[in-house]
Order: sequence, then structure tokens, then C-alpha cells
Amino acid sequence: MSLFGKHPTANSSESRRKFARPLRALTYTLPLIASTAFAQSPTNIFDPAGTPARDAYGLSMLVLSITLAIFLIVGGLLLYAVIRFRHRPTDSDREPAQIYGSNQIELSWTVIPILIVVTLFLTTTRVILGTEAIPKPASAMDVTVIGHQFWWEYRYPKLGVVTANELHVPISDPATPTPTYLTMSSADVSHSFWVPRLAGKMDVIPNRVNIMWIDPQKTGLYLGQCAQYCGTQHAKMLLRVYAQSPEDFAAWINQQKQPAQQDFSGNAAAAEGQTVFMHNACINCHTISGTVATGRFGPDLTHLASRDTIASGPISNTPENLRKWIDDPNSLKPGCLMPAMHLNDHDLDVITAYLTQLH
Amino acid sequence: MTTTASRIPIDGSTETPWTLPYRGNIGMACLILAESAIFIIFVVAYIYYIGKSLSGPTPSQVLELPIFGTICLLSSSITVHLAVSALRKNNLRACTLNLGGTVLLGAIFLITTAREWYHLIHDEGLTIKTNLFGTTYYSLVGLHATHVVIGLIMLSLTLAFSLAGRVHEEHSEKLEVLSLYWHFVDAVWVVVFLVVYVIGR
Amino acid sequence: MTPTPVMEAIDETTTPLQGRPPLNVIYEWITTVDHKKIGLMYIVYALIFLVIAGFEAILMRIQLAVPNNHFVSPQVFNQLFTMHGTTMVFFMGMPILFGVGNYLVPLMIGARDMAFPRLNAFSFWISAFAGLLLYFSYFGASGLYAAGSAPDVGWFAYAPLTSKAFSLGHSTDYWTLAVFLSGIGSIGTALNIVTTIVSMRCKGMKMSRMPLLVWLYLVMSGLVFVAVSPLTAAQIMLTLDRYLGAHFFDTQAGGSAVLWMHFFWIFGHPEVYVLVLPAFAFVNEIVPVFSRKAMFGYPAMVAASVAIGFISLSVWAHHMFTIGMGPAGNTFFVFATMVISVPTGIKIFNWLATIWGGKVIFAVPMIFCTGFLFQFLIAGLTGIMLAAAPFNWQLSGSYFVVAHFHYVLVGSIIFALFGAFYYWYPKVTGKMMSETLGKWHFWLFAIGFHLTFDFMHIPGLLGMPRRIYTYEAGRGWDTLNFIVGIGAIFQAAGTLVFVYNMVRSYYKGKDAGHDPWDAWTLEWSVPSPPPAYNFAIEPTVNSRRPLWDIKHPEDPDADYE
Repeated sequence: MSLFGKHPTANSSESRRKFARPLRALTYTLPLIASTAFAQSPTNIFDPAGTPARDAYGLSMLVLSITLAIFLIVGGLLLYAVIRFRHRPTDSDREPAQIYGSNQIELSWTVIPILIVVTLFLTTTRVILGTEAIPKPASAMDVTVIGHQFWWEYRYPKLGVVTANELHVPISDPATPTPTYLTMSSADVSHSFWVPRLAGKMDVIPNRVNIMWIDPQKTGLYLGQCAQYCGTQHAKMLLRVYAQSPEDFAAWINQQKQPAQQDFSGNAAAAEGQTVFMHNACINCHTISGTVATGRFGPDLTHLASRDTIASGPISNTPENLRKWIDDPNSLKPGCLMPAMHLNDHDLDVITAYLTQLH
Repeated sequence: MTTTASRIPIDGSTETPWTLPYRGNIGMACLILAESAIFIIFVVAYIYYIGKSLSGPTPSQVLELPIFGTICLLSSSITVHLAVSALRKNNLRACTLNLGGTVLLGAIFLITTAREWYHLIHDEGLTIKTNLFGTTYYSLVGLHATHVVIGLIMLSLTLAFSLAGRVHEEHSEKLEVLSLYWHFVDAVWVVVFLVVYVIGR
Repeated sequence: MTPTPVMEAIDETTTPLQGRPPLNVIYEWITTVDHKKIGLMYIVYALIFLVIAGFEAILMRIQLAVPNNHFVSPQVFNQLFTMHGTTMVFFMGMPILFGVGNYLVPLMIGARDMAFPRLNAFSFWISAFAGLLLYFSYFGASGLYAAGSAPDVGWFAYAPLTSKAFSLGHSTDYWTLAVFLSGIGSIGTALNIVTTIVSMRCKGMKMSRMPLLVWLYLVMSGLVFVAVSPLTAAQIMLTLDRYLGAHFFDTQAGGSAVLWMHFFWIFGHPEVYVLVLPAFAFVNEIVPVFSRKAMFGYPAMVAASVAIGFISLSVWAHHMFTIGMGPAGNTFFVFATMVISVPTGIKIFNWLATIWGGKVIFAVPMIFCTGFLFQFLIAGLTGIMLAAAPFNWQLSGSYFVVAHFHYVLVGSIIFALFGAFYYWYPKVTGKMMSETLGKWHFWLFAIGFHLTFDFMHIPGLLGMPRRIYTYEAGRGWDTLNFIVGIGAIFQAAGTLVFVYNMVRSYYKGKDAGHDPWDAWTLEWSVPSPPPAYNFAIEPTVNSRRPLWDIKHPEDPDADYE
């Protein structure tokens, strides 16, 4: 008894025609959207600007080519099979030839994938060793990165600089490389440092030190963000890496090394703001070098006004935003760990005036 | 042509006599596999944290080899094995005696552990909170002791049934399943003993 | 060897439902130890959680449809992705697969029930309780400063975020306890499945004659023992940390955050194979029947499945390439992960060879399996991309990974599961599901699936991390996230059509009879629905396809094995 008659196939021509036109439209517009996104993005992993990212990019191109080839071959065969061998109403009732297997065929499609795997494995190992197992050049610069909920602390141990949220590094000339080595750990939970155009990510874990290196070759601002879920404001723990020419970098270092400005003779509001700041709980969490503010829980504010953003990236550093932030941080970054300071309007004004002077 | 169950041969012969393993043994083997995986994780944590405590007493300072308890526990494996073979031969009295011996030896083991813990907590100041050694020690030995307690409960129930004369030869397969669990508990103790008291010190 | 006609006995479970008082029916279901009823309860329970977790996903996609959106707060969003992941894995995936296995395995091996029927019931009820416990957290977990409510630590709950210091209130404890209890249920069911397969096969069914579905459930259950247990152990450790002051993952006391990661992924990776092996099982049964050909390379399929099971235990740290294991560790796990692609590829090739030369009937089960074949191929290939560690250093923790694993979980497992539903629904209910509604279901769902998950790969390539409740404009992520959200709506629509189809077909579907698909395994030899005792007389089999032998006495399989 044949049951073929009971199951009409899905290949009826009317249903196919109905879907053809909108499907065709989609096939043209959607890739367009995708490629525009690639062109615009400042965090595109396929637009490397440093050696580790470039090495990963090279490997990824090889892997993508191999997997694309496999997809076209196997997918093509599958497509062919489901079309060529579909049941047609004109077929006889007899079951097709029952083929139980073939050792040679099994062997061939075991051996060929093994060879592909070996190739991929060897190329991958070469890139791993090229990134992780190379000696550190003497000219490398060191930065200690400490992850916090929800901001980044940067210390330049050999240069005596402490800052937060905006990392400045000198560019690296491929002829005489001066990479920046990041020695990373966390003060609380696990985070991850990811600036896609410069390098793959490395996790920032408490009670553990991880080391990675970056070597941007062109000046500019490189963006990224924390890539390991670390709590409520994980989404706004952004990364900003400023790659500068050696001269600009040296100038920046010099500026950052200075202790905080304490003389505000021309600016009464700032002077009063300094007093208010030093008499408030602010000093328990923040450091302003050269003053009684020596807290380490929150970012170092010594040169706050020299930064483009506050709150680790999502808010631009303008007096209005700064005032709003100090008044109630949770209104801008709900779930961040800085409490609302409950200052009156006057105090808010003067503290803002003070902090905007800390260049 | 329909293919109902009625058309499948019912008295067909098979190539060899058709016997499959007793399901109790397979089930217990699966349970032992899963429990072993749990214990292995605790042992791995113990080994990983050897020497990493930031403070407090170290194993060599406070641990002594629990020889007596170990001998009791390992002997209880012998007695439970004797109980099973006695039951298979329908020797109900020997079975009951050996079951009783197993429970007694197991209980003695637990008492020695309890005394050791009392000493560690009150005299050496080592608790689960003290340091990494305390954490990993109490959790591993405690997990094992919990399994001993469960085993003792099952064995005591069986002993009670046996004393009431309700355990017979046809139950020997089931008793063997229980004895497999008990052997597992002993084997875990061998590993714990080696890792904690020999290697770890 | 003469077949003897046997009267099909009538028992109370075949009396129409309407004739019995509702309280009796409820009592019967609550106290049942029948594998078929327990299987159905698992399935219905999982479908309810599928809808709930799907709703959680839709809320997340609305929040992410535009940058800097304020549809939900970060706290709520973080709970949503935690609950979505935890629910889908532990209270949808595991139960539904255990449910289908519970129903089919005894029938396919000619047994009357599972080896331990009461353990079966216990496992179901403890899993059911665990799911309710997890959702009770929305009401019960408010701790200090109402810091509780639903867990928000992510489905993998990394330490030390889960410690008392960083997770206030009891939300994390609801996660821990609910998942712990569901693990107990899983181990119980796996134990039942293994014992049933080893000890209760009907006469003549040597291991080499078992249906491939049974083999895959055997491997899957073995994996459950060695995979779920490490998670159970880690959760005990976490609870000791949180309540007794232990220091397993307390980094301030010298504990290690990485240790949790190892323990979790030693569970987590085999877990995804636990979820995918039953999907392979369904495809293994459906593709041959609808291609009208025996499975090509049965021994190779068995060997590949077992190999996948074993190798999957050695690849876990490919989830940890970014933690700084160093070249030796990274290289080892790259190798192991790439090796697992070999047996996986073998399976795909064998399915292809089964279709090749056949006469493929595109009924709805086969349509879903065809979708599975293409999508699983893609999922496997993106997996190979992720296996290349330096590439992984960019892709890990990004939306590329989310797209990859949804390609496996939805594109492969859910599609295979839908196919299995259409295939076995006639056996369970005695009615056929509507083919037309089935095709609507397929196309709506497939379009939605591709809109969502094809496009989801791209933000990952453009640097978008996962688990973020919002994102900056100007990174190229905006339109793509919007498209991803549109796809979710199509998938929801497809799922609604599916549920409607199931309900409607129960009352209005065509009668199915014993064997509507002209299939070859033992479950098709009993009435639809099967009587409580499954088989009036225990069958004897002589080959892998006992019903093929009966239908083709001139050319039985037994001659070729």
C-alpha cells in the first residue's frame, strides 16, 4: 500500500509565486543595510588599526573563506538533493533502493574534514603564539588597568600618572614598535577590555592579573566597551583610547603629572567650590592629588576637566551635565554606585565651577 | 496491510538467550557516576586551593591521620559484602548480623569524624569561614559524611526489616544494589583520605 | 514465527474524556507514573515556559530596537536576559526533550514503561516545582532595600558578581535553588532513560538494532550524569559562600573567579550537547521515513554520536578563551573544539546521503527537518569560526556568539522539535495536524528566525557586546537591532499558529490510525494513542526496521545486517 497520495508536496507553484516578489526585494535591501553598517562603525573588527586586531583579522579571513566554501559545497549539495530527489506524483509506488552505507564514502568524509581541521588548527596556533608568546619589547609603555563597577582606572606606574576612563597611549611605528602593555585586574567583579579595532578582548578579573598589548598605528580615538556582564551599568562602562603622536602624548603626560590646581584667585566660585568639595563626603571616594581628597573607590578627578566625557563615556563633559551628574548620578546612569549627594543648588553650582577648572 | 502489534512475531527465537542486566544495578551505576562527578569537582576545588589560603591554620598544623575511622569504614564494606553473600545463600541470620556490623562500623566512622571536627573547631579555631583550607576541607569531608548518613539510614532500615524477618533470598539483588552504594561511599573516602590527609598535608 | 492475531484490549485510558468526572481526571494525572502521561506533562509545562521566556525576549528586543531606549530600566533588562536564558535552558529545553524521550523511548524499544516509573514522576514534579520557584522570585526575593526580585546575574551567574557582596537580597539564591532542583530532576530522568535502554529492550533488540533516537537519548543521558553534576557541585559551593561564609569564589579571601567559570562551563558545554543530541535524534527518525530510505551509515551515526558525547567533555574552556589561559591552554581547547566538528560533519553527510537517491515527501515534519539541515550547517560553521581563538577574542561576549547559539538552539533544536511534534502528534493523539497550518507555521517562523538571527551576527562583528540594556548611537548597530526585533514578531506569530494547530487538530484533525507516515519503528505498530500498557504482547525484532520487514517480506532488513 502506498501512502504517497496522502501527502501533497509543498512545491505547488502558486504558493511559490506569492512569496517571490517580496523575497526578491528583501534580498537586495537587507545586504545594503548590512554593508552600510559596516562602513559606518567605529568598532568594526574587520577594520583593524593595530597588530593584534590585524592578526585576528587575517585569521578570520582564512576561517571565513574555508567555512564559506564548506557552506557552498555542502549547502549546495543539500539544495540539489532536496530538489532532485523529491517525490513527484508521476513516480511509481516502489520504494527507492535502500542503501545502508558505504565504508569508503564514510572514510572519505572523515579524512577530508580532519585535514581541514589540522590546517585551521595550525594557522590558529601560529596567531595565538604571535600575539601571546612574543617577548615584550624594551620600548613598551606600561599601563595598569583596574576595572571597577562601572568605570576604568588607569595608572602609568613609570610616569607617575593616575587617571580614569580615557586612556591615552602613544602611537606605535611598525619600524620601531612602542606598544602599550596593559596589566589588568579588577577591584570588584569580572569585566572585559574590548576595543575591537585595536585588539581582541581580555577579561579583567579580580584576584588575577591579565596582560595584553595594543599598538595603534594611526592617531585618533578608538572606541569600545566592557564586554563581560558586571552588573546594572555594564552597558555604559565605555572605553575611549586616544592614540597620540609621541609629542602630544608627552605633553599630555606632563599635564597629567601636575598636582591639582589649588589657586583660584580670579574665580571666586571655583575657590568656594574647592572648599565645599573638601568638606564633603566626596573626598572619601575621589582623589584630587595634592589635597585631602584621597579616596580610591571612584575615579581620580585631578584633571577631570581635561576629559571629553564623564561617567565612563556615555555623557559629554559639559558643566550642565556635570552638575546634573553630581546632583543625582542615578538619573543619568541608573544603578551606578555613586550616590546622590543631596547638595543644595548653591553648592552644586560652586562645586561644578571648581571641577570644571581642573584641567 | 496493517502493521499492528499483532503482526509482530511473538514467539520468534532470538540468536542467543535474551537476558538483560538487572535494572537496579544499572540505575545504581548511573547514580554512582553522577555522584562521582560531584565529588570530583569538590576534590578539584580542594586540590586547586592547596597552599593558597591567605591566613589561618594549615593542614599540616591541625590534621591528623584518621586511621581508626578509616579502618572502621573500610571494614564495613567487607561486612556489607558478607551480608549480601549470606542473603544469596538464604542465611538470614548471618545477613542480619553483618548488616548490623555494617551499621555499627559506619556509625563509629561518623563519630570519629564528629570528634575530629569538634577538635578542629574548638581547639584549632578552624571553621568553614576561616580560610580556603577550612572552606574546602569541611565541604568535601562534609559532603562525604552526608552520603555516609544517607547510606546508614538505608542500611538501618534494611537491618530493621531483616530483624523483623522480612528479608529473604529473593531480595538479594536489591540488597546488592544498596551494597554498591556503600562501596561507592567507601571508595570516595579512600580518595578523600589520600587527597586531604596524605597529599594535602 | 507465525504472527498470531491478538485482540486489542480496551482499557480505561481509551474511554472518551468527556465521560469522566474532572476531579478523577486531575487526580489521575497528578498521581500517574505512566511514562506517556509524564512525557506529556513535561511537554505542556515546557511549552508554557516557552511562551513566557519568548515574551521576555520580545521585551528585550523592544528595548534594544533603538539606541538609548527607555522601555525598561537596566535592572529589569538584566533580569529579563537572566530569566530568558535560565528558563529556556532549564525549564523549556530540558523538560521538553525529556518529555519527548519519556514518551518515545519505551515505545521504540518495545517496553511497557520506564525502568523506574515512580522516579519518573518524582523527577517531573521536582522539575515543575523548580520552575515555579524561579518565577516566584519576582514576588519573594526582595531583600535589603528591595534589592531582590528576579535574578539578574546572567544565566551563567559568574562569580564574584553572585557573591553576597555584589548580589544583595535573595534573587541569586532563587536562581541557584531552582536550577539545583531542576538538576536533580534531570539526573533522575537520565538515570531512568539509561536503565530503561540497557535493561528493558524487547527480545531481539540488540543495541545495534535500536532506533537511532534511542542511541542518542542514551548518549544524552550519559552526558547529563557527568555534566549536570559539576553544576550541582558548584551551586552547593556558591550557596556555602553566600550563607556559611565559605570562600570558594571569594576573591577577597584568595578565592578564584575563574574556578566558577571552569565548573560552570564543564557543565555548560556538555549541556548544549545534551540539548542538541535529541534534536539529532528526531531528524534521524524523520529524514529516512520521508526520504523513503534507510538511514545511510547507521554504525557511523552511532559512532559519531558517541564520539560527540565524549569529545564534548573536553572542550569547555572555549567559552573562556578571553580569560587569559595562556597559549598552552588556548591551543588545547582550540584543537578539541575543532576536532568535534569531524563527527558532527559526518552526521550531516550521512543525512545528505540518506536523502540522496530517495523520494522525498515534503510533509511538514520533513520541511522542518530540511530547515534544520541548512541551519545546523550554518550553526556548526559559525562554531568553527568561534573555535579559532584569536577570532574568538574579538567575537566572544558579543552578539555574534548570541546569534551562533540561537542558530543552534532555535534554528536547529526548535526546528527539529517542531518537526518531531508534527511527526508524532498523530501517535499521541490519534489525529493528524493540519498541513496547511503547518506550512504557515513554518514560513512565518523561518522568516522571523532568519530576520532575527542572520542579522544578529553583524552587530557582533561591529563590536556590540551582549547583555547590554542599551547602546550608543553611531556604532552601526541601530538599524540591525531594529530588524532583529521585527523577526521576533514573526517567530511569535508562527508559534501562535503552531499552538492553534495543536489545539484545533485535537478536536478536528483527521483520524491518524496506527501508522499514517508508513514508518518502520515499533511505536507505529500500536494504536494511536497507545493503550496504557503500550504492547499487548512484547514484540520480538530481527532488524533495525521491524515494520519494514513486515511490509517488505521479500526484502527484509534482516538480510543486510
